[in-house]
Amino acid sequence: MALLKRLAERDRAVLPFTLDGQPASGLQGDTLLTAVLTAEDSLRGSDFSGEPRAGFCLMGACQDCWVKLGDGRRVRACSTLLEANVCVTREPGRSL
Amino acid sequence: MNEAKNGAVSEAVNAPATSVASTVIVGAGPAGIRAAQTLLAHGLRPCLLDESLRGGGQVYRRQPEHFKRSAKALYGFEAGKAESVHTTIDQLQAEIDYRPETLVWNAESRTLDTLHNGRAAQVPFKHLIVATGATDRILPVPGWTLPGVYSLGAAQIALKFQGCAIGQRVVFAGSGPLLYLVAYQYAKAGATVAAVLDSSPFSAQTRALPALLGQPSTLAKGLYYRAWLTAHGVPVHQGVHLHDIQGERRVSGVSWQQGNQRKNLVCDALAFAHALRSETQLADLLGCDFAWSALNRAWLPTRDAAGRSSVEGVYLAGDGAGIMGADAAEMAGELAALTLLGDLGYRIDRARSIELQRQLAAIQRFRQGLETAFPFPEDWAAKAPDSLIVCRCEEVSAGEIRQTVAEGHWEINRVKAMCRVGMGRCQGRMCGLAATEIVAHASGREVACVGRLRGQAPIKPLPFGVEAEQ
Ligand SMILES: Cc1cc2nc3c(=O)[nH]c(=O)nc-3n(C[C@H](O)[C@@H](O)[C@H](O)COP(=O)(O)OP(=O)(O)OC[C@H]3O[C@@H](n4cnc5c(N)ncnc54)[C@H](O)[C@@H]3O)c2cc1C
Ligand code: FES
Repeated sequence: MALLKRLAERDRAVLPFTLDGQPASGLQGDTLLTAVLTAEDSLRGSDFSGEPRAGFCLMGACQDCWVKLGDGRRVRACSTLLEANVCVTREPGRSL
Repeated sequence: MNEAKNGAVSEAVNAPATSVASTVIVGAGPAGIRAAQTLLAHGLRPCLLDESLRGGGQVYRRQPEHFKRSAKALYGFEAGKAESVHTTIDQLQAEIDYRPETLVWNAESRTLDTLHNGRAAQVPFKHLIVATGATDRILPVPGWTLPGVYSLGAAQIALKFQGCAIGQRVVFAGSGPLLYLVAYQYAKAGATVAAVLDSSPFSAQTRALPALLGQPSTLAKGLYYRAWLTAHGVPVHQGVHLHDIQGERRVSGVSWQQGNQRKNLVCDALAFAHALRSETQLADLLGCDFAWSALNRAWLPTRDAAGRSSVEGVYLAGDGAGIMGADAAEMAGELAALTLLGDLGYRIDRARSIELQRQLAAIQRFRQGLETAFPFPEDWAAKAPDSLIVCRCEEVSAGEIRQTVAEGHWEINRVKAMCRVGMGRCQGRMCGLAATEIVAHASGREVACVGRLRGQAPIKPLPFGVEAEQ
């Protein structure tokens, strides 16, 4: 279920993308974080216990929002804008 | 030469030989933008590096280009200032070497290492203005790693930059001016604000009034946000100690202690912070001297009244060298640039420089008042349970830090080496302050006496292989 709630700027172009292999969509101007968290409630699993994380600072400081892209790059979801047809994978982190 | 704004005398009298790009500014917030404008007005074209997509910095962060909300809707009372800063950077772009989306991840002997679009580069400099700004100051609470918990700044960015609320029913907690501002902005934008939980007691705010009256308009705005929230039925509680945030895989509620009462509230999101912390890693890597600032409860790079750091050719401006707020950042940026120009032999308006220093000193006194109004919760470390996760990257608990102290370690870098607190990807930006508080409390020392977490390159994680490309 969604974590973030859209309050404004809703009439933007819809951009399709892929989240964990499933079709998803966001709006033009969304960060990856916004696009994912307006539909889902986490971005990644923590490195040591695999607990769900959904970012924390939204300003590129905490590094708790990393996701993997189709080309293998890992990027901060809070500071990367969504592009059409990008493949985003959420990493499960490590469970002890 | 073109005439500078603000009445600065802008004749660049035969400047000493200095190549164009040898003057660099890091940070395109209000401080960096005003610095760039001032340099350009005197005929010096700086290189302006900033990590974010669009200039404006934290306070005047811009929404993506095609978004439609007005400046008034985004910045409220500060709309005019925000637009002025934005217009300035838009106009400067064509005339200076402005590089957005460029992270500076290392600084060594007159060279900056940058990363843009996955590619590393080096930017040499002779003169540098560091205007790296601030991020939220965080005192962790049990449950703070749950999805739905964000920093206060994050909650504001979600709204300003993305038009989103962090949840359906949001609680705002902590202290500092941002607390009431963000709660107000959320409520105004149509979000449900379940409560505001202020850690500072009401008596503190009364006590601070005389000092706050030095900046009546800022004080009036703070009082306005608060009164507005109360008038619109938002419960505001003061003297609150956050006990824990509950939830399985995401936030479902919060509980707090107020006097001897425990209270609970159902919510699906919570934003918290205790004011701000300066982003000082670059100043550290540049070799700037640091000194303890009791006001900021932090080690800060030292600067003289005109903005010079201890390192020749390196100047400091804005919240990156001590929290003073947006207006001060603009002034400090202009001042640092004037000082730099003066040091280079340019003719500058000395009266303007002195006036800026006078105004900054007045804001500093107001800042003292804010600290009285929103005091740091000194009992935080004593109350933090052993099970509290302090470092969210390495998942180090308060108990593990205390254990390390029990083994005889008390210097923060040593503690970091022993138990990995602050060693993760955020480099202690989120946990460093909290870890320091716990070490000080557990070892019976003053916070000023347990050392300073050192900055290390890269100051933010780089994609694999970037360093090798060099
Ligand atoms: C979310 C938030 C909201 C705030 N709201 C207010 C407010 O309403 N009123 C107020 O008075 N103050 C506010 N502040 C305080 C804030 O610090 C402002 O006073 C103001 O933004 C300070 O301006 P600055 O130019 O010093 O730094 P900033 O505005 O923070 O700008 C610093 C810039 O430097 C860049 N940067 C930092 N490090 C690097 C690096 N290594 N490489 C490249 N670029 C880098 C950042 O991307 C940023 O754009 C807020 C702070 C935050 C975090
Ligand atoms: S949410 Fe903190 S770095 Fe992205």
